Amino acid sequence: MAIVTHVVLDVLKPHQPNVLDFASQLADLGENYSVNLVVQEVDDRTHSIILKISGDHLDFDAITQHIEAMGGSVHSIDEVDVKSEPGKQAVA
Amino acid sequence: MFTRLRYLIELSHAYSIARRYFITNGFDGVLTMLGLLMGFRVSGAQSLELMISACLGGAVALFMSGLTSAYISESAEKENELHKLEQSMLTSLEDSTHAEAARLIPCLIALVNGFSPLLLALLILTPLFLAQQQLLAGLPPLDTALAIALLLTFLLGVFLGRVSGRFWLWTGLRALIIAAATSVLILLLHLLLGVK
Repeated sequence: MAIVTHVVLDVLKPHQPNVLDFASQLADLGENYSVNLVVQEVDDRTHSIILKISGDHLDFDAITQHIEAMGGSVHSIDEVDVKSEPGKQAVA
Repeated sequence: MFTRLRYLIELSHAYSIARRYFITNGFDGVLTMLGLLMGFRVSGAQSLELMISACLGGAVALFMSGLTSAYISESAEKENELHKLEQSMLTSLEDSTHAEAARLIPCLIALVNGFSPLLLALLILTPLFLAQQQLLAGLPPLDTALAIALLLTFLLGVFLGRVSGRFWLWTGLRALIIAAATSVLILLLHLLLGVK
């Protein structure tokens, strides 16, 4: 199983939690998680945001589940960086 | 659990709503007790049991009214907010913290709205309870209860002043003037109707 080290997500979220809380909660999901959040658009009740999350070993399922728990929804995965697990090779 | 509750309160801005309900219904509770006690005072009622029963009845009615009315109105309001948010998000938020807040926060606000008049009423009635147990040495129970009611009105005004950032003494005195006006009205009504 490859290790995810970086993802860029297009997310729609409610105004609450605010962007600082939203990003902080995602950063708290794992060790050495680094989160960059850019607001693309502000509507009446929602924010369209671009999330860039980096880390040594991202738990992608935990990230999407937590985004949904905070009321957000992932519209698309725009970018990923993955690397192979040390000592493991793909079986042909 | 408390961290979670605090997060839900922040998420739904429930602190300011609960504070508003606390002051509104607390004021209702204090003025109702003040009205009842003034009624007893001007009519010359002597029976402590009668006073306690009447005031407790009023306090329990305020508690039930506060509990149920706040729950009904707040749960409808929160459901409506959640529905509008779901429409904007074009998805169900059933498993989100927003849905959890919409379920829990009305209960919390209902508790604040119910308990604020009940607790303040019980504080006001303390001298009557103490007098009933012969523990209020030398003090007239009815007048002491009236003084506590006026003090609590003043303190509610001070609290309002702190919330609004206005001078606490002025907001406290303003609340006290309302309580004094209520007492004068009851006194005038008693004199006009000549009820004994």
